[in-house]
Order: sequence, then C-alpha cells, then structure tokens
Amino acid sequence: MTNELYIYLSILTPLIAFFITPLSSSNPNLRDSLGPIGGIITFYSSLNIASLYLDGEVLSFTFFQISETLSISFKITGLGVIFGLVASGLWILASIYTIGYMRGNKEKNQTRFFTFYSIAIFAAICIAYSGNLLTLFIFYEVLTFSTYPLVAHKQNEEARRAGRIYMGILVGTSIVFLLPAIIIVWVLTGSLDFSTNGILKGNISNEYVPFLLALFAFGIGKAALMPFHKWLPAAMVAPTPVSALLHAVAVVKAGVFSMLVVITYVFGIDFLTETNGAVWLIWISSITLLLSSCIAITKDDLKARLAYSTISQLSYIVLGGAIATNIAVQGAAIHIVMHAVGKITLFFAAGAIYVATHLSKISDLNGMGKSMPLTFMAFFIGSLSIIGVPPMGGSWSKFYLMLGSVEKDYLLVIYILAISTLLNVYYLLEIPAKAFFQQKRTNIQVTKHPLTVYPTFFAAILTIILFIYIEPLKDITNLIFGN
Amino acid sequence: MMPFIIKNLPILIVITPLMFSLIVAVLNNNRLAWTLSTFASFLTMIFTILLCFEVSYKSNISYYLGNWPPPLGIEYVIDRISIIPIMIVSVIGLIATLFAHNFFTLEIDEKLVSKTYSLWLLTIAGLIGLITTADAFNLFVFLEISSLSAVALVALGSKVDRKALVAGYNYLILGAVGATFYVIGVGLLYGVTGTLNMGDLAQKIPALGLNKSVIVAFTFMMLGIMVKAAVFPLHIWLPNAYAYAPSPVSVLLAATATKVSIYIIVRISYTIFGSSYEIYSFESLRYILLYLAILAMFAGTIMAIFEKDVKKLLAHSSVAQIGYIVLGISLATSPGIASSFIHLINHALIKAGLFMSIVAMGYYTLKRIDVKTIAGLGRQLPITFFSFVICALSLAGLPLTVGFISKLYLIKAAYMSEGIWLPFLILVSSALSLIYIWKLIEGLWYNEKSLKIEKIKELPEIYLPLLVITFLNVYFGIDAGLIIDNSFIASDALMSGIK
Repeated sequence: MTNELYIYLSILTPLIAFFITPLSSSNPNLRDSLGPIGGIITFYSSLNIASLYLDGEVLSFTFFQISETLSISFKITGLGVIFGLVASGLWILASIYTIGYMRGNKEKNQTRFFTFYSIAIFAAICIAYSGNLLTLFIFYEVLTFSTYPLVAHKQNEEARRAGRIYMGILVGTSIVFLLPAIIIVWVLTGSLDFSTNGILKGNISNEYVPFLLALFAFGIGKAALMPFHKWLPAAMVAPTPVSALLHAVAVVKAGVFSMLVVITYVFGIDFLTETNGAVWLIWISSITLLLSSCIAITKDDLKARLAYSTISQLSYIVLGGAIATNIAVQGAAIHIVMHAVGKITLFFAAGAIYVATHLSKISDLNGMGKSMPLTFMAFFIGSLSIIGVPPMGGSWSKFYLMLGSVEKDYLLVIYILAISTLLNVYYLLEIPAKAFFQQKRTNIQVTKHPLTVYPTFFAAILTIILFIYIEPLKDITNLIFGN
Repeated sequence: MMPFIIKNLPILIVITPLMFSLIVAVLNNNRLAWTLSTFASFLTMIFTILLCFEVSYKSNISYYLGNWPPPLGIEYVIDRISIIPIMIVSVIGLIATLFAHNFFTLEIDEKLVSKTYSLWLLTIAGLIGLITTADAFNLFVFLEISSLSAVALVALGSKVDRKALVAGYNYLILGAVGATFYVIGVGLLYGVTGTLNMGDLAQKIPALGLNKSVIVAFTFMMLGIMVKAAVFPLHIWLPNAYAYAPSPVSVLLAATATKVSIYIIVRISYTIFGSSYEIYSFESLRYILLYLAILAMFAGTIMAIFEKDVKKLLAHSSVAQIGYIVLGISLATSPGIASSFIHLINHALIKAGLFMSIVAMGYYTLKRIDVKTIAGLGRQLPITFFSFVICALSLAGLPLTVGFISKLYLIKAAYMSEGIWLPFLILVSSALSLIYIWKLIEGLWYNEKSLKIEKIKELPEIYLPLLVITFLNVYFGIDAGLIIDNSFIASDALMSGIK
C-alpha cells in the first residue's frame, strides 16, 4: 500500500503548489521557490515509481468510480513512467529557468503565471499516470485550459488572436474527434481501461480500424499532425519558459504520449499489424515530418523555427507508433525523452538570448556567439542531439526508429528519416554557425541573467549524459509490452 | 404529526407555495415577504427530500385528492420519474428565492415587490403541480397557473426596460395557444374514452385501435406542450421573455419552466400513449422530433454566436440545449431517455449558474450586460467571474463538470441507436457553442474596461447562492453516480410502460 504513496505524492505536489502560489504572491522569493521544490519532490517520487515499475510492481488506484464502467483511475504503465520522468525532471530545470526569465524580463502578472504553470504540470503528470481513456481525456482538457492563460499572458491583440487559434484547434479537435472515438471504444468494448495488448481486438471489424485510429490521431491535436498543427506556432507568443516546458515538453509530449498509449494499450500493436490499420498514419506523419522541416527553413523568427522543428520531431514519435513494431515503439518512447531534453535546451537558449539582448530574429544573431558563448554552445549541443549525432541522446531514438522501419521493410521511411536529418542540420546549425562565424553588425547591449544561462547549459549536458546512461531507459521501454 | 405529513407529502409540496403565495400577496413589508417566500420554498424542499426517501423504497406513491378515488377524483402520482423534475424545481426554486431579494428591490416598484413574491411562489406551485398530477385536465389547470403567473412576472421587468411588456405579451399569446391546443387534445380524448386520469387513459386507448380522434388528440396535446417547452421552431417567445424578465425570474424560468414542459412531453408520449406506442406515438413522431432537435441545436447555437446581449445569448443557447434534451427523448431507447433526464438536471444547474452570474454582474454595474459592457469585469468581480467561467465550461461540456457527463451519455446513446453521424452533429454543434462561450470569457478577462466604475464589493447574499450552484456543477461532474443512476431508473420505468 505504501508504494501507492508515490503516485499520490507526484500528483499532489504540483496541485499543492497551485494552491499555495496565489497565497504567497506578496513574497516573490517564497512563491518562486515553490517550483524547484515541487519539481524535486515530484521527480523523486517519479524515480521511485520507475524503480518500482522495473521491479515488476503494478501500481494503481481508483480516485473515483463514476459508474460501473467509468472511473477516474490511475495506473502505472511503461509509457507513463517515461512521460512522468520527463515532465517532472524537466520541471525542476524549467522552474529555475523561469525565475530568471520572468525577473530578467520584468514580466507582469507573475503570480498568475506561476499558478497556471503548476496546474499545467499537474495535468501532465495526471496524463502520464492515467489508467483509462476517460482519465486521459479529462486531464488532456485540463492541460489545454490551464495553458491558455499562459499563452495569452501578454494580453494584447496578438496574444488574444494566438490564444483563439490555440484553444480553437486543441479543444475543437478533442471534442469533435477524440471524444466520439473514446465513446466508440466504450460502446464497442464496454471498458476504457488500458491493457498491455490492447482492448479492441475482437471487438471491431477490421475495415473500421483505420477510421477509428484516424479519429484518435486527428482528435489528439496536441500531437500536431498536419493539418491540425497551426496551434503550435501560434502558441509561441507565450513567454519562452512556457514554450520551453509546455510547448516543447508537457503539452506536445502529452499529445504524442496519448497517441502511443492509444496505439499500444487501446489498439495493441499486434492488432494494428494484423489489420494494417496504421499504414496511412505512417505516410501522414512522414508528410508532416518533411513539410514542417521545409517550413522551418523559411522562418526567420527563432521561436517560430523551433516550433516547426517541434512539429517535425513529434511526427517522428507518431511515426514510431504507426510502424507498430516493438522496436519502433520503443524508439518513439525514447524519442519522447531525447527530444524533450534537446528541445528544451534550444528554447532555453532562445529565451536566454531574448532576455539578454531582446533579439528574436535569426538574421540579427550574427556574431553574438562571442558575447554569449555558453548559451550558444548549449544551443549547438542541443541541435546535435535533435539531429541525432552521437554522443548526444538523440542518436539512440533515431537508431531505434530506423531499426523498426527496417524490420517492417519500410525502406522509404528510412529515406524520409535521412532527408529530414539533412534538413535538421540545415535549419538548426545555421544558428550557432551565424553566431560564431559571422561578423557582428551592430553593437547590442548584453545583460544576462545568470538563472537563464546555467539551466540552459545544464540541459545541454543532460543530452550527453542521456547518451551514456541509456540503460535504465531501455529497461523501462522493454517493459512497455509487459514481461 | 409526522405520519400525517408523510402521508400527505404529494399535496404538501404543491400546497405549501400556493398557500404562502396568498399570505405574501397581502403583506406590505418587502423584507418579510422575501423571508416568508424563502421559508415556503425551504419547506417545499424539505418536503421534496422527504418525498425522495419515500419514493426510494415505495417506488410509486399514488395520492387521491380529497380521498376521491380516480377516475372520478384527481390523482397525484409521485414515482421515480417525476421525482427528478420535482427535485429540480424545488432546489432551484429555493436557491433562486434566496438570490432574488436584492434584485427585486432594485428592479421592481416598491409597492409591487410583495405581489411579485406572490406570483413567484404561484409559479413554483404551478410547476410542481404540473409534475405531480396524474390527471390530464388538472395538468391543464396547473399549466395555466404557472404560465399566467410567469407571464406577469416577465411583464414586471417593464420598470427597467419597456420591452418586457411586449415580451410578456408574446409569451402570453403563444402560451395561451399552446394551452388551448393541449386542452383541445384532452377534450377529444375525453370524448372517446370518458376518462381524464392518465393511468386510465393509458389502459383505454389501445382498445380503440387506429382511432382518428385519438391521433388528432395526440397531435394537439404534443404541439401544445411543445410550444411551452420551446422546442424549435416553437421557441420564439423564449429569448425575449428570458432577456427582459426581472433578473431572478430569468434564473427561475430558464432553469425550471421548460424542463417541466419537456417532462410532460415524456409523460404524454410514454405514459398516456405508451401502451399503444406502436400505433400512435413514436415511430412517426420520433423522426420529426429528432430533426427538430438537430435544427434546434444548430439554430440556437448560431443565433447565440451572433447575439450581443448576454441574457438573450444565454436564452438562445437554452434553445439549443432543449434540442439536446429532446434529441435524447426522440431516440426512444432507455439510454436515450436516461441521457435526456441527465441533461435535464444538469442543464438546470448550468443555466441557473450562468444566469445568476450574469444578472449579478448587471446588478453590480447597473448596466445591461452585453458583449461590450462585460469587458474587463472579470477583474472587478473575481468570485462572480469564477462561477461564470465554471458554469460556462460546464455548458461547453468540459470534463469534471456536469456538462461533460451529459454529453458523454447523450453521445453514447445517440451512437448506439443512430450510428456515427448523429454524435458527429452533436459534437460539431457543441464545438460551435465554444465560440460564444469563449467570446464571453475572453471579454470578461482580457478586454480593457469599458465601464467607468469604482471598486465593486461583491455581496455575500448574491455570491453564496451562486457558489452553491457552481459547486453543484463541479460536484455532480465528478460524483455523477446519483444523477446517472436515478436517470436510468426513471428511463427504465418509462420504457417498461411500453412493452
């Protein structure tokens, strides 16, 4: 029984932070320290959950039984462990960074910002440990609504328009596609619980599988599959810590995490392979992957470029799920971690540059490398990890994804992955290259805030650490499909 | 004393507000009138709760008025079905009465306030009577009591805006047409069966076979009640009546009046005509209702999107929500009707909360609330704004609120009997409803202040009832078992009358 305590602890900590934050608005130091402290407690309990999971223990509890087949319940799954670790671990880093950014930038309404920041983390953790589709859906929506005040934080006309696109696409798709998909599963199987081999097999005729999967794939708008990807670039009007933690980690990862959960625990990869229900998804995600890389090249705004790069990287994960082999799904799961760490480094760097110089255009960054060497080094390392160069963590997941596609003889997919890697090289490395090798055009005053620089550099180092210590992650992903 | 009360509960819930309305009418002291009205609605609620316990182990209470047995005397029936709308009316009635005082003293001539309370209690008595009676003609009497008092209440809004008189007049005329249609139907039925008791009618109608008078009677009765229930396209009296009525009246009517009429639609089609289901009622009518419901869903939502006045906007949204409820009924399956009952309860909670928070904003700012004047009020009125946001999200059907539970069960029922196209339409319309809901939330929170108002202090007598409703919206969104189970029991009981 005591082991379930860790689930309570990891879920309740951000919730408590959410309640205390507005109360401590008069004391900014206390308020801002809640984030790192909460992050450490949550990460600590997530680590314990992970080790208990590796020991083969099944942790679960039902929070509320609504009716016989409906409940709000939590259960630890392999994918959930990974997402929980990512969300809580990076919360520590991001919360330290956020303090530096908000203070360095002298943003208004900081208390409101921190309040909704913690509720978003709470929702992400609940998504990670959810035990059935209903719980997943509930916290998916909570996550959307709690991030709206963060996206529209600046409260000007531009923020409001972006907020509308954000809410419109995310809530619209979830109501119109995801909800009916969940209800169809409920009617067909009479249950919404996750199971290691899927619950749909034998309950649905084969020709309907692709359609149901389509409802899920487009319903989970957070996975940013084209044509429902516009919300992600729109959300970039938010302050950079939001883009970093939420739009590179919590929100989008919640999306692809939900995709993987649906593919493995609701459909079951064997069932998808048998029925060929996910083949179309391979091509849709490949197209998204290539197109968004191409769009990224055209963007001169640093955050917009990173946003399109995120869309493309998310499709790697969806692609891994769609290939639907053991190895590909493992690769996708590892990519959740690797991309999260890599992309958060890049966003941190973008934010640090903005705080120090108020520059947001790539073309203005010429020669800035000398003024901000640590930040641009971190950006460089992060880019290499996203591209997939050893010894950075990102190389593992790409390797697994390629193995998976070889296993299924999808040779075209390998070419697509290769082309996209080349595009990555082009649009990501251009930035540190300009910063280090081009001549500075104008004199820009640089006022760094230390709390923005060090977390950035630490995140970059983390990508290298993850390359070396991949073993525990591999062990967890091996258990995704049970023992 | 206690056994006497228990025995007479079915009439007590009607007679308590009725008697108090007579007392209140002659009072001169407005505060005393309010206190007595609150006491009356509180007593009614206590009786309703007692009745709930009674019904839960007796399942069917039949009460003969004046000990005259039916079919000659008037029978009151309380069962697991009728207890649901009774509960809605008495709970919302109490909360709305608590909430009403400040508004009535502000919006109505001082001399008329106690009369207003009298009409108010009369409306509640009429609505409860409509639900309890098992006599088709007695139902007409209560229909008139509740409608006429509601019309008078709507017209009392004329001190603030003269348009209330026109709105009241429209309501009166259309309501009278509806009631006349209903009574024509009842008359025809009486002609061929010689009885007015619903149970008795249900037994005698099948023997008549395919009788033309019965068909005409059924059509007249249904049409009459559909006017009262504001089923699209018979809803045109509703938006103006809700928008120009005095604030508490909007709350009471929006949350209860149409709900009761919808309950009567269910009663007529399943109890009176239920045993001859195959011949008369549903197979043909079902599809008419279904398409009307779909039209209502979209028409109401689209009207709401383009509406500027917030009370009217909410009224248009009510038309759409009535569409959802009617849609559940038109499915004619047990889960369908259960989902209707679930939404009946939940929508009462949602709309009561929304109207209460909007009229509270109007009270604090002394302005009619439209999309412009609402701007920036969220910062001034945090508690009211909080309640408004929760209830609005509930209206949109977001998880952890009652609206989500309604939607979940409605879509499940629709999918089970009609396939995927119907859930899809429901969801598109509910996604559209987000547009107007968001327009309001965004305006409240983000727009620059348009009204120059000094610091407003929120009043506890206004925000406490509002917070109660908001709490119920969330509580029953999580612990939905009570509502779901009772709705399914009710729908099973109704469907058992058919087979």
